[in-house]
Amino acid sequence: MSKLTDLTLSEARDALKAKKISSKELTQAYLGAIESLNPALNAYIKVTPERALAGADAADARIAKGQGGALEGIPFAIKDLFCTKDVQTTAGSHILEGFVPQYESSVTTRLWDAGAVMLGKTNLDEFAMGSSNTTSYFGNVISPWKAKGSDKDLVPGGSSGGSAAAVSARMCLAATGTDTGGSIRQPASFCGIVGIKPTYGRCSRYGIVAFASSLDQAGMFARNVRDAAIAQTVICGHDPKDSTSSPKAVPDFEKALTGNIKGMKIGIPREYRVEGIDPEIAALWDKGITWLKDAGAQIIDVSLPHTKYALPTYYIIAPAEASSNLARYDGVRYGLRVLPDGGGLTDMYRKTRAAGFGDEVKRRILIGTYVLSAGYYDAYYKKAQRVRYLLVQDFKKAFEQVDALLTPTAPSAAFAIGENSDDPVKMYLNDIFTIPTSMAGLPGLSLPAGLSSTGLPLGLQIIGKSFDEETVFRVAGVMEEAAQFKALPQKVAA
Amino acid sequence: MSIDTVVVTKIARLASIEVTDAQKEHYVRELSGIMKWIEQLAEINTDNVPQLTSVSETTLPLRKDEITDGHKRDAVLANAPASDYGCFIVPKVIE
Repeated sequence: MSKLTDLTLSEARDALKAKKISSKELTQAYLGAIESLNPALNAYIKVTPERALAGADAADARIAKGQGGALEGIPFAIKDLFCTKDVQTTAGSHILEGFVPQYESSVTTRLWDAGAVMLGKTNLDEFAMGSSNTTSYFGNVISPWKAKGSDKDLVPGGSSGGSAAAVSARMCLAATGTDTGGSIRQPASFCGIVGIKPTYGRCSRYGIVAFASSLDQAGMFARNVRDAAIAQTVICGHDPKDSTSSPKAVPDFEKALTGNIKGMKIGIPREYRVEGIDPEIAALWDKGITWLKDAGAQIIDVSLPHTKYALPTYYIIAPAEASSNLARYDGVRYGLRVLPDGGGLTDMYRKTRAAGFGDEVKRRILIGTYVLSAGYYDAYYKKAQRVRYLLVQDFKKAFEQVDALLTPTAPSAAFAIGENSDDPVKMYLNDIFTIPTSMAGLPGLSLPAGLSSTGLPLGLQIIGKSFDEETVFRVAGVMEEAAQFKALPQKVAA
Repeated sequence: MSIDTVVVTKIARLASIEVTDAQKEHYVRELSGIMKWIEQLAEINTDNVPQLTSVSETTLPLRKDEITDGHKRDAVLANAPASDYGCFIVPKVIE
């Protein structure tokens, strides 16, 4: 008999509804997997077994009465950037260690209302700043994957590295993530799973620890496209508590998986074929193009001329917004307080923030403060907002010709822990293919499309028009069928 | 425009983050590297380009100006490092 943790989300949903399995046994299987794998992978900062089992019992009771929501009894992991009432929420930072929110984020509220069960809170780069999950105060997340013939620990990607590792190693059925510049798609690519960042405004940001508010969006990690579509449908929708959340109706994304993309126009942005592109990545991209052609789609060469400027523009805008958002951590209302003997308020601020923030966060706050400071604001911040306008126009023009775009997700497979850490700019380049989409607020999905020569997963990214996640899911469903990606990581629920 | 220790000292003060002299040297190198890489934006002519204010094309909704929340004093104070008499406690501000 196959293990409970082998069931996909849609299979588990159907089995629960048919009362073939109980949420309790499913939840226990995942708690068991966490117990055996988490010490090595460090994917969870906090596991909440009591709450999980209580949630499972409640779900089973509802199912017994013939009630229950779209995710009734399904065990989820939550990125530790979402505020969860009465459960510590750290954002991976020392400055928020011990912070226990008194309210629930809107995204997680939607999950619990739909019957989902919380297994715990997953590790992340501090304040979601990073591409390797090596900046968390609570330690590195280790990828469940290993390269062929090497025992080196690899990064799961970041910033949502804990969620990606947990889904990949089957320590949960699905997990929430957030994506500011690639923090869902890049770890999904590194861990061989599906990750979706919806259109900016699809999900409420209420109760998500803010990084860069004009870019932050919540999304989902799951084992396959259908599971991601089911879970993503639940967390989308308008919320009066976030004025940027869209009032647009949310379609049932699962219904978009028709398997038919005949006649659809898919754009291949030529600027993404960057100089020195990894030949394996280029080959995988070509394979993806062939799959789409075989499914009857029309492939169109498109141009996004300002692509190369997206990354430096992001590194003005995101730090600027971060420096402003993170000003709230001052040792007064919550989190860490460092007050030297006889020190005043200013000493407290400066020492608290020096002790509470890690290196990468400080670096970004300082950059953000610099680009917003008097004398530099016009040259950097205003300039970046203008270039951002051009980036948005690039996509608008491309989408006049095509229904979706296909690109690689990341420029490489997962790298070893410690690699790329000597030079911040080198680390930033990890998000070269994901950041332009974020800058334009468009939906993007990464799906596992193949393995590298070293046996590590590689993802392809599908980018859609604003509020057209349906097309993204539909194309992804067809590509998944063609890719037949079945590989599992070395470390996976036994 | 180059970043030196004077600039780092100034922005660290603006950001209210204490930095040691050794850290200042380190930040001069790192921040200079990042800003130098960012300088490539100067290549683009943006003279007649508007600034993007939002990617969402929806107008921000208005709602009635009415009280919808409140009476959460204890919840607000629950995570305070120091509180008393229903207030946050901070070091003395006025001499």
